[in-house]
Amino acid sequence: MGADFYYTIEVILNGLMAGVLYALVALGFVLIFKASGIFNYAQGVMALFAALTLVGIMEGQVPFSHLINAVFGTQIHDFGWHVPALLAIILTMVVMVGFAWLVQKYIFRHLVGQEPIILFMATIGLAYFLEGVGDLMWGSDIKTLDVGLPQGASLWIEENTAFLGGDDFYGFFIDQLDVVAAMVAAILVAVLVIFSQYTKQGRAMRAVADDHQAALSVGISLNFIWVLVWSLAGFVALVAGIMWGAKSGVQFSLSLIALKALPVLMLGGFTSIPGAIVGGLIIGVGEKLFEYSVGPMIGGATENWFAYVLALLFLVFRPQGLFGEKIIERV
Amino acid sequence: MFYREAGDFKTSYGADNQTFPIKFDRYRYYAVLAIAYLVIPFIINDYWANALFVPFLIYAIAAIGLNILVGYGGQVSLGTGGFMAVGAYAAYKLMTAFPDVSIMIHVILAGGVTAIVGVLFGLPSLRIKGFYLAVATLAAQFFLVWLFNKVPWFYNYSASGQINAPERTVFGVLVTGPNTEAWAKYLICLVFVTAAGIIARNLTRGSVGRKWMAIRDMDIAAEIIGVNPLTAKLSAFAVSSFFIGVSGALFFAVYLGAVEVGEAFGINKSFLVLFMVIIGGLGSIFGSFAGAAFLVLLPVALKIIGVDVLGWPTDIVSHLQLVIVGALIVIFLIAEPHGLAQLWRVAKEKLRLWPFPY
Repeated sequence: MGADFYYTIEVILNGLMAGVLYALVALGFVLIFKASGIFNYAQGVMALFAALTLVGIMEGQVPFSHLINAVFGTQIHDFGWHVPALLAIILTMVVMVGFAWLVQKYIFRHLVGQEPIILFMATIGLAYFLEGVGDLMWGSDIKTLDVGLPQGASLWIEENTAFLGGDDFYGFFIDQLDVVAAMVAAILVAVLVIFSQYTKQGRAMRAVADDHQAALSVGISLNFIWVLVWSLAGFVALVAGIMWGAKSGVQFSLSLIALKALPVLMLGGFTSIPGAIVGGLIIGVGEKLFEYSVGPMIGGATENWFAYVLALLFLVFRPQGLFGEKIIERV
Repeated sequence: MFYREAGDFKTSYGADNQTFPIKFDRYRYYAVLAIAYLVIPFIINDYWANALFVPFLIYAIAAIGLNILVGYGGQVSLGTGGFMAVGAYAAYKLMTAFPDVSIMIHVILAGGVTAIVGVLFGLPSLRIKGFYLAVATLAAQFFLVWLFNKVPWFYNYSASGQINAPERTVFGVLVTGPNTEAWAKYLICLVFVTAAGIIARNLTRGSVGRKWMAIRDMDIAAEIIGVNPLTAKLSAFAVSSFFIGVSGALFFAVYLGAVEVGEAFGINKSFLVLFMVIIGGLGSIFGSFAGAAFLVLLPVALKIIGVDVLGWPTDIVSHLQLVIVGALIVIFLIAEPHGLAQLWRVAKEKLRLWPFPY
């Protein structure tokens, strides 16, 4: 086998790893969409906000310090302590649960029964709001997030695969962080599946996803379930934020991964957790392969749009996505 | 009392069919036109033209276009920025290729080119709906921006990758380029806005507009009563893209002068115009103007209050602006899903009944 063949495999492997990260974001979308019919555009900004909060807590920053300084003319910046990563993650989770509760109480409870597109617009508004709040709270400069995840290329994989391709092949180049992310994603999915299959709250969540009114009539509190679902989505956002933040720094572009998750969802179907995973993998591999094989011919940077065009073409043939429920329309 | 139909007798079909059948509306319309054409050009200066009036007029055209698609046609699009870029680049290519032809014709042709591109990206709307369509239009947004960045033919192989508007005149008056007078910029945009408003108003109350609305309300039912979804949806995409293309061309040629595609026509522009349509009111031409005015005015007002009056740093004010815009959108959706246009309707009803409560 020539080195080219192995490079192609390496591209596919890296695509799979990137796909796992896309799937991680897409998972948050699916959770909320299934339970409440809300297509949560703010998921990406939630990941950004969670990562910002995590960094802010770890470094002991004073929230809103810029704003306070500007209004009162003070010079405060941080408390001067450092919080260990695990405790900071737990605190961030508390913040995300509080956020879920606020969102439910002040926004979506008032929008029950509105058209889906109105709900979607509301989440776009929410995304803007949250982005502004995140910047005001923690400042808008690029931050590095270090929670002790391994970084850099995995030497072990590189050395042990070097013999495959002959002299001009040096083994597969795979980022350790990607491997960790893939494992975390797998664990996360397993936990979510177990949660929704075997716990009382998980079953209530599925009941709500099935039929709101029927769930209400057997005594399930919709409000509680929606707060729960938003908290879960906040948790998934936190995990995604940690992974992406550790990979490329905590900055505004983090919120754009939400846009990348959209074609993933379209491919996999909005209502399917396995769909989110498979869709993420297809998009990840597809865009890396396309960039590797066709990209150089047409000027590169095809990753910006390839996923959308792929999803668009796919939808023309199968409008409900790979695993989505069949769309039935009646007058 | 002020706003009433009583005593306003129509004696011909023409009078009965006119755009504003109620006297109050008609006189208001004439008054607004008179102020816009006869007063503002004489008092406008560079700051007000660049900060408020020109962007307001240009965004109003884009908002009318998007409102036709989303508010009347019911097809959600997130590709507005991309289509504006098509208008801008089409205008640029036409302006540099045929320097002798009037820029008015170029802008209209740019709209036509955008309409064709819009129909192309509108084709999937025949198969997919709602969210799926909204996300599919993102393909247009990202693909078009990438295309204009990567293919040097579109920016005439210039080294910077930017496009710059050459100087063009209308009736001997400079309207593009850095040396343009404020009133000339304002007037050329105003002419296009007036035309766009009249065309849109009459399209939406005619048979085409009724077909769009039928499709919006329930496409299967519309199909059963004899509306062809193919022509209705694609015509909505074509007309909407035409307006958006015109606004993109003006945005580039008259307002900015020099454009870098990712910066000027990115995804944020799509959302901005969508917000204008939502805050103004879906399915209302007046709402498009109101929404555009509101979102153009808001940052300027915030900047004046925050930076000039309170003396806060600009970055904090710009973050605060995000918070306020986001909160306003959510509040509008909760309190008044039909936008500013609905407030205006309520106000008219109050005027009609005044001084009686009901």
